[in-house]
Amino acid sequence: MAGKERKDTFYTVSYEPIKDLYTPEDLDLDYGRDLGNPGEYPYTRGVYPNMYRGRVWTMRQFAGFGTAEESNQRYKYLLENGQTGLSVAFDFPTLLGYDSDHPRSEGEVGKLGVAIDSLADMEMLFDGIPLGEVSTSMTINAPAAILWAMYLVVAEKQGVSWNRVSGTIQNDILKEYIAQNTYVFPPEPSMRLIVDTFEFGSKYVPKWNTISISGYHIREAGSTAAQELAFTLSNGFAYVEAGIERGLDVDDFAPRLSFFFNAHNDFFEEVAKYRAARRIWAKTMKEKYGAKDPTSMLLRFHTQTAGCSLTAQQPENNIVRTTIQALAAVMGGTQSLHTNSMDEALALPSEKAVRIALRTQQIIAEESGVANTIDPLGGSYFVEAFTNEMEKKAWEYFKRIESLGGVLGAIGSGYQQREIAEASYRFQKGIQSGEQTMVGVNKYNADEKTSIELLKYSRDMVERQINRLDKVKKDRDGDLVKRCLEDLEKAAKGTENLMPYIIDAVKAYATVGEIMDVFKGVFGEYKDPAIF
Amino acid sequence: MTRTIKVLVTKIGLDSHDRGAKIIARAYRDAGMEVVYTGLRQTPEQVMQAALEEDVDVVAISILSGAHSILVPRVVKLLRDEGLDDVLVLVGGVIPEDDIPELKEAGVKEVFGTGSNTDEIIAFTRQNVRRV
Repeated sequence: MAGKERKDTFYTVSYEPIKDLYTPEDLDLDYGRDLGNPGEYPYTRGVYPNMYRGRVWTMRQFAGFGTAEESNQRYKYLLENGQTGLSVAFDFPTLLGYDSDHPRSEGEVGKLGVAIDSLADMEMLFDGIPLGEVSTSMTINAPAAILWAMYLVVAEKQGVSWNRVSGTIQNDILKEYIAQNTYVFPPEPSMRLIVDTFEFGSKYVPKWNTISISGYHIREAGSTAAQELAFTLSNGFAYVEAGIERGLDVDDFAPRLSFFFNAHNDFFEEVAKYRAARRIWAKTMKEKYGAKDPTSMLLRFHTQTAGCSLTAQQPENNIVRTTIQALAAVMGGTQSLHTNSMDEALALPSEKAVRIALRTQQIIAEESGVANTIDPLGGSYFVEAFTNEMEKKAWEYFKRIESLGGVLGAIGSGYQQREIAEASYRFQKGIQSGEQTMVGVNKYNADEKTSIELLKYSRDMVERQINRLDKVKKDRDGDLVKRCLEDLEKAAKGTENLMPYIIDAVKAYATVGEIMDVFKGVFGEYKDPAIF
Repeated sequence: MTRTIKVLVTKIGLDSHDRGAKIIARAYRDAGMEVVYTGLRQTPEQVMQAALEEDVDVVAISILSGAHSILVPRVVKLLRDEGLDDVLVLVGGVIPEDDIPELKEAGVKEVFGTGSNTDEIIAFTRQNVRRV
């Protein structure tokens, strides 16, 4: 068009082609129909009328390592530094339902998150933290109902009534089969447990988000932005359908569905993704699922900056990447945000690295001025055209998934897994050919040794954890535990809501492993189809 | 004529980060090697069993859980105990610099961390695999 260009084609990090210029010609835009003011259907410009002028997003750093004592200290440190919500990372044994003394837990206890075996650990995790005042997000899926039950019991012991506690359990099993892989049971019984939490939450814990429908891990596994958008929303629709099938009124549980997206490097692609997500969700909830309550139509979301974009080489550069990604999340209207620490391609973050990551958000919120007006990118020819394009791409994926028998059918045939593996491989080849730039990896390399102080684990951590587990088992009423687990098994074989049974078992100090074993016995286990 | 190099790509431990494992499996296959991918959450015993049954030349272990210091030497020992002395063992994942010497001492030929290039891994594999 206007002279010679430095490349033949321009595209995003997801290989989405980008034109040299966007003009009114690229848009067929009706303000009321396609955008609406913030807080108005279809919520493209934001879910609340005042957005960050009312209150900035919740700064929520995902943290957890070692035992409950160490994590409790880290949470208090973060709260003292101005963080406004908690986000718990569990270790792999907990995520998969193994107690710390299980043979498969060896070497994994407290490594990538905190180890929680029983209510005793959970009591220590939140010791001195008022659960009526902070909101807590827990990244837990297969055993989500169990950890949630523990949280509710801890709140009760603190004298906080359930209608005051707020937070989120991830509880999104569909993306586990697609990308994150911390599944335990097959899809059908997993869906039942999830709908049990929807039902229980809508009755007794009204401020709790019973699911966080997550694209984050889909993107981390190597998907494109459009795949992240489409697979996440199609999973969301599958949960809505499961709730309706149970006989729940859509407006009873849909307001508590929340979302979780990635923020990758390509700034405008990410902004367009968030805006398209809000519009698609609102339209579908209203038109397809008959939602009447406007809050059922709101796509509220948490964002985490892209872990997969971080480099082990020249790790300080990660601060810059994270800043750009965080800015995209804010420009996209996120409700809460986790910013990654610069050392995360090397290990779990140190305290200093976490502080810089938190400060990044505070600088964006309080120094940059971007939170002074709502959706400042709205109306940009490029952003609106790209938002439309993302929406179009998502609908194409929805159709494809529908033709494969819906989300579960598509998962069964390995469709999403294969699409992601394909995109991930293409990107890797793009890095190796230099088609995509990764500073410090395939361009602007520096021959230097990394000198970042890494998090050190305390040596006796595992021993302490296993000792506490032993003590819990010795001190508890063994007959009561046995009875609770038998009742749970009976209920699991039937169709009742399992939450009350789980709560009873947890109160009796049954362990995560014991409860999960009951479910494994009744539901069976899912095996990795190993698609690459 | 040489026979095709056969590679077992595996994930040990409980961590479920399989993006790297899938990429390297694809890259080996595209390089003309025969690839068996075990999927997630394998125990050292399962890895040894698969290596034995599939008669592989290379065992490429991916681990990002932090349990490498315990699990990787165990895999190598089991392989050697079964007489698989010349099977090339490689490790990929998030492995702190300080932990690499002990893995090599245990019998791992090379460790490929974040940002590794699959072409280099393939070249290294060809150079170091037993004569086939």
